[in-house]
Amino acid sequence: MNLPEIINFVIDLLAVLLLALGIKGLSKVKSARDANRLAAFAMLLSVVGLLSYYLGTSGIAIESWIWIIIGSIIGSLFGAILAKKVPMTSMPETVALFNGCGGMSSLLVALGVAIFPISGGQENFDFFKSLINEVSISVSIFVGAITFTGSIVAMAKLQGWLSTPGWTQSKVRHFVNIVFAVASLIAFFDLTNGNTSSIWLLVIVSSLLGIGVTLPIGGADMPVVISLLNSYSGIAAAAAGFVVDSQLLIVAGAMVGAAGLILTQVMCKGMNRSLVSVLFGGSLSAQSTASSGSGEYTNITSCSVEECALTLEAANKVIIVPGYGLAVAQAQHTLREVTKKLEQNGIEVVYAIHPVAGRMPGHMNVLLAEADVPYEQLKEMDVVNPDFPATDVVLVLGANDVVNPQAKNDSSSPLYGMPVLDVQEARTVFVIKRGMSAGYSGIKNDLFDLPNTSMVFGDAKKVLNDLIGELKDLGVGEK
Amino acid sequence: MSFISLLWVLLLGSLLGLELIGKVPPTLHTPLMSGANAISGITMLAALTLIVKAEGNVPLLIIGSVALGFALFNVVGGFFVTDRMLAMFSRKPSNKK
Repeated sequence: MNLPEIINFVIDLLAVLLLALGIKGLSKVKSARDANRLAAFAMLLSVVGLLSYYLGTSGIAIESWIWIIIGSIIGSLFGAILAKKVPMTSMPETVALFNGCGGMSSLLVALGVAIFPISGGQENFDFFKSLINEVSISVSIFVGAITFTGSIVAMAKLQGWLSTPGWTQSKVRHFVNIVFAVASLIAFFDLTNGNTSSIWLLVIVSSLLGIGVTLPIGGADMPVVISLLNSYSGIAAAAAGFVVDSQLLIVAGAMVGAAGLILTQVMCKGMNRSLVSVLFGGSLSAQSTASSGSGEYTNITSCSVEECALTLEAANKVIIVPGYGLAVAQAQHTLREVTKKLEQNGIEVVYAIHPVAGRMPGHMNVLLAEADVPYEQLKEMDVVNPDFPATDVVLVLGANDVVNPQAKNDSSSPLYGMPVLDVQEARTVFVIKRGMSAGYSGIKNDLFDLPNTSMVFGDAKKVLNDLIGELKDLGVGEK
Repeated sequence: MSFISLLWVLLLGSLLGLELIGKVPPTLHTPLMSGANAISGITMLAALTLIVKAEGNVPLLIIGSVALGFALFNVVGGFFVTDRMLAMFSRKPSNKK
């Protein structure tokens, strides 16, 4: 080892250590923000380390500098602008987009090396080494392409740009995807036989496979898919690490890949879905059409905002169940106004957060934190569930499937077994909702039919604003 | 680096990743995913290597540059957006407006 190599090795080691500490710190509320910056610093350090290594050994040509600067400025600028501008409600699709671009990068690197073998790669040319090279290039392209097209489809579906085409819910899709998978395998073997032109076949078929696998998946399962694709982009980075012989890339990629898998597992648990059924089962609503439980509502009680305000005024304990509908209506700030008034009247207010409230685990916490809701008032499902029988009023805002008692009572329901919030145990439940449409799963909600449930129809923000007015008239929150 | 030692690196990296986020409160799942996502942009190092080793091969320089752009989009955007999310948690209830 010469000096530049030693320095590079030490910097890489330090970067890995800091990245690991960063991921670790991100798992605690107190240290999370510093940990994120630490990880960002580690990334910067790794770039400085690599560039100084090349400066100390082969040198960096002026035209290389030009292209490095062009690429860096454009990429960073767009990334920073998007990150600053995007609303908090669109977080899942933003993560999907970033993730897809990471996959694209790994794909391009592998493609570049495949078309124009870089110097140094061919020195000790032997069969074994070239095989490893081809395998890692293929893996990098395959996983990178799936990550890219899969993430873009996921983003488009979450944004509502793409709906689920009917044919993707039939059995045909498995056949189509198997054809893509087999074709990529053929391209892979052809590639290891030295036929470089089949690399384009690999690019095309694995891209199509990414689309084919993601397209049939329903909106409710999208977070799981994004998390899984996040894991893939780590794997793609690790594969790219084999292509360019970088240990740091392999370690960091493997870490992200493994962490992404754990997170995916956690999300599946929260939704009572197995990874296999998410990936191959199609969307939930398609399964539920056969279920006997789905039917018409028979006993809907609707009530006015005024009645709701009166009941709230008389309550001692109120639990708020926020869902994605609240976020869509951008009503978290208005909700905070309402709860402030209630608190000023001595009413105990708690927010019940289902593990998959919003569209990702933790998404709702982010949205409520944005509205200045104190962290201590956010209670997780297991903590808050025993409290419902002693609760006077539950306010369900834009949540649906996570408060469906079918998940506990009806074994024929597709939701059966999913952990839910037992809101029906409370004395009164108000469901603020636009209309009677079903939730993400497309399944009827038995809660709405219960005698202690009243529906308050309207846009969440408008209803909450009216509620503030009514509470004011009642003198709530004004001492 | 021999292939075998790179495989060891892969194995140990994976184990490290599995251990690191064993226990995370659900609150932090979205920021963690976003932060981990930013780290997966580490593939920018591969793009840099490609550009440095291109030796004046213009198509390769362009591919490398585009790859670097995509990776940095992921890295910079990912860290910024994570920071934005986490900034909301760190705000204490006492100093709200």
